[in-house]
Amino acid sequence: MRRSVQSTLLLLLFIVVLLLAPVLLPEFYVTLLNYIGLYAIVALGLVMLTGVGGLTSFGQAAFVGLGAYTSAYLTTVHGVSPWLTLPAGLLVTGVVALSLGLVTLRLSGHFLPLGTIAWGMSLYYLFGNLDALGGHTGMSGIPPLQFVELELKSGREFFYLIWAVLLVLVLGTRNLLDSREGRAIRALKGGSVMAEAMGVNTPRSKIVVFTLAALYASTSGWLYAHLQRFVNPTPFSLTQGIEYLFMAVVGGVSHVWGAILGAGLITVLKQWLQDWLPRLLGQSGNFEVIVFGLLMIVVLHRARDGVWPMIQRFFPQRLVCARVDGVRPLTRRPLPEAGSLLLEVKDASKRFGGLLANDRVSFGVRAGEVMALIGPNGAGKSTMFNGISGVDPLTSGAVSFRGEPIEGLPAREIARRGMSRTFQHVRLLPSMSVIENVAIGAHLRGRRGFVAAACRADRAEEARLLHEAAVQIERCGLPEQMYEAAGSLPLGKQRIVEIARALAADPCLLLLDEPAAGLRYLEKQALADLLRRLRAEGMGILLVEHDMDFVMGLADRVLVMEFGQKLAAGRPEEIQRNPAVIEAYLGGVE
Amino acid sequence: MDLQIALLLGQDGVTNGAIYALLALALVLVFAVTRVIFIPQGEFVAFGALTLASLQAGRLPGTVWLLLTMGTLIALIEGAAALRERHFRRIPLIVLLNCGAPLLLAGALVAVSSASLPLLVQVFLALLLVVPLGPMIYRLAYQPVAEASVLVLLIVSVAVHVTLIGIGLLFFGAEGSRTPSFTEVSFEVGDVLLQGQTLLVLVASVLLIIALYFFFERTLYGKALRATAMNRTGARLMGISGSLAGMLSFTLAASIGAVSGILISPITTIYYDSGFLIGLKGFVGAIIGGLASYPVAAAGAILVGLLESYSSFWASAFKEVIVFTLIIPVLLWRSLTTRHVEGE
Repeated sequence: MRRSVQSTLLLLLFIVVLLLAPVLLPEFYVTLLNYIGLYAIVALGLVMLTGVGGLTSFGQAAFVGLGAYTSAYLTTVHGVSPWLTLPAGLLVTGVVALSLGLVTLRLSGHFLPLGTIAWGMSLYYLFGNLDALGGHTGMSGIPPLQFVELELKSGREFFYLIWAVLLVLVLGTRNLLDSREGRAIRALKGGSVMAEAMGVNTPRSKIVVFTLAALYASTSGWLYAHLQRFVNPTPFSLTQGIEYLFMAVVGGVSHVWGAILGAGLITVLKQWLQDWLPRLLGQSGNFEVIVFGLLMIVVLHRARDGVWPMIQRFFPQRLVCARVDGVRPLTRRPLPEAGSLLLEVKDASKRFGGLLANDRVSFGVRAGEVMALIGPNGAGKSTMFNGISGVDPLTSGAVSFRGEPIEGLPAREIARRGMSRTFQHVRLLPSMSVIENVAIGAHLRGRRGFVAAACRADRAEEARLLHEAAVQIERCGLPEQMYEAAGSLPLGKQRIVEIARALAADPCLLLLDEPAAGLRYLEKQALADLLRRLRAEGMGILLVEHDMDFVMGLADRVLVMEFGQKLAAGRPEEIQRNPAVIEAYLGGVE
Repeated sequence: MDLQIALLLGQDGVTNGAIYALLALALVLVFAVTRVIFIPQGEFVAFGALTLASLQAGRLPGTVWLLLTMGTLIALIEGAAALRERHFRRIPLIVLLNCGAPLLLAGALVAVSSASLPLLVQVFLALLLVVPLGPMIYRLAYQPVAEASVLVLLIVSVAVHVTLIGIGLLFFGAEGSRTPSFTEVSFEVGDVLLQGQTLLVLVASVLLIIALYFFFERTLYGKALRATAMNRTGARLMGISGSLAGMLSFTLAASIGAVSGILISPITTIYYDSGFLIGLKGFVGAIIGGLASYPVAAAGAILVGLLESYSSFWASAFKEVIVFTLIIPVLLWRSLTTRHVEGE
């Protein structure tokens, strides 16, 4: 509690400083702070997009321009009130960002930034060549904003509006990132496979962050238009778009406060360099870009997290995502009756070019049994897992889960139906705490969206999700590691975190890919006990494992695969005596 | 528009398209081998053209200073590494290669008056000044983060691009330059006058593409690059050094950029920042090829050239808007036809 009191105090102090700044500072510095505020709003969107979501855009300046020009055009030509042009600008920007996002987000990650470069150029030239928008000379005579009687005509008055908007957005963004949808956005950075398998609709998450970042930019543009009361194409060029990204990266691309810091640093540095460099070099021109470019390269080489983490050390750390007790647990899905058929795989085949990794394999898993899938390396076990769980769909064959065909469904839809899995190559988000990682598993058990998260209307549900995550972590025997960064755990323990994450989804079928690898003897026993308890509760478990003692002591039935084909199936004792299996594992007896 | 104008525009479009095609090929090459989206490609076009223009005007091109600075930086970094690893015998070679060679070149340029040299010698000198910047930039900016994500490499690229733009302004000033034609010959085909320079651009582009083809198909280094493009780890296990492949692909990209700049500077005036727009159009071509297919990228680039030239006739103010908006339907088409599966 003390930590959160401290950080609230710091925030209050910051607000007091902001309230006093325009009263005490000379005009020049107020103007500078106004620009820092405007830039920080855009950079904040980039923090969410780049640092958190792992996407990026060089075209944010064009979105700023959309907001500014929409307002400029509607207020000067059609006499619309500036308070109505804000939503109008947001609408225009939203539609543009949404279509751009829909077009590029199915492609690999780098097509989005490339698209934004081209898009940024094209919008810039459009602004400069449309006569209705004043061409390269721009549009003037934009009316000032008006609060009842008060006209915001001076920079000092405008200061409060800019920084109030910025502060609201910073706090809203921070809240959003610390929520169910926020975790889904943060999961994007680790690649979409894990997020999809946990039920996150990753294309939707990507489009939402991209659009949100664009809307932030558009808001900044609206403020800019009514502060300057004049717009021309120059501040919306690609160069400015690149500068926005520099601000976010230099400040600290994974931290909301890094946006303000970065905007401040770059703006002040630019001011200073524009004074000094032309004198130093004896000619005039935008030479500050040389310094910015070099600075960026150094930052990316040496301190990819930017400057904010260096300052953050002096502040108390807010403990995000702590477990909450005394909440109503999440409702569980009714488990199917023990012995009923959960999963049925028929003639499953998977072809990679010329290689047939799975060749017409058929088997079934019942509720309340452990089915082990064994076989030498390269037998096609993980491929089968990916095929069943929808991560990498089968080439042919039928899979039905609880009586419903699921082949061809995306992984998140299969997850929704009650199947959850772990990965052979651990897919955790290393910098996030164990409890946050596990809470991603419970994604589908929550419902509150982005808006609820931003204004903290999701706290009751969030508490239940975190409680569930904590319960699963304790059940898997990692209570001491709950608040440690997942990446700091030894590999064996990370696998256990993956199991806890899968359990947080409340599955009726659990797919475990080599869960015991990297565990010590006692840990393996604890894992076996856990799996026995789950089986007793009526869960079905499909297991790939190389540790034969572990498999034979636990499994009810065993399926042996070799070269993509089913070699044998049966109870453990039968398999141990099966000559074909012995030959596959130990080689033939001459 | 009558046939004559249509043919003239077509000629213009194909000529520019040929340059965009060269650049598109270089971009695909660099991306395939190093995963770097080489935004600064265009700066090599501008630097090539402007260095040649400086030489022809008898001025010492600013690129000399860039070469000397970067050479010294590399010598310091590599020298320090050699000291740490106690490979003292490597140090003279490092210094000679990175500082000695640029100094020699600078000395030669100061000693002779470059304006009086024959054109081919000037071109050769310009290439000698600009091309080494490619591998040097790779060594300084990209190699330390070679294993980072495509996103980080892309941001590095953008940083390198803005740095070079600023440096270009510093070295060459804000005025543009146009070099004299390589040839004054012109042919009359039907009603249309075919400029010798235009033909030269086309022939040179085709020859370069053929040379690249042979390089990749027939030489060991070309095959090494292809191997790296297909599987980085596999190629490294076969003894192909990742940084060598990176340097080599950047050398090729820089050469293609500089040659393109030298080829078009008699046709259009080149400013310190013109390269970026030219490079981006190469990018639109490369994206049409999905940053993966060489022939589709080249065809796409020609298409960009034609689109640009015809739209400059119909709606000249919106030429750039049309060219860069082309990327939207292209991306849409690509996203509907490709299925992207993420690897482990």
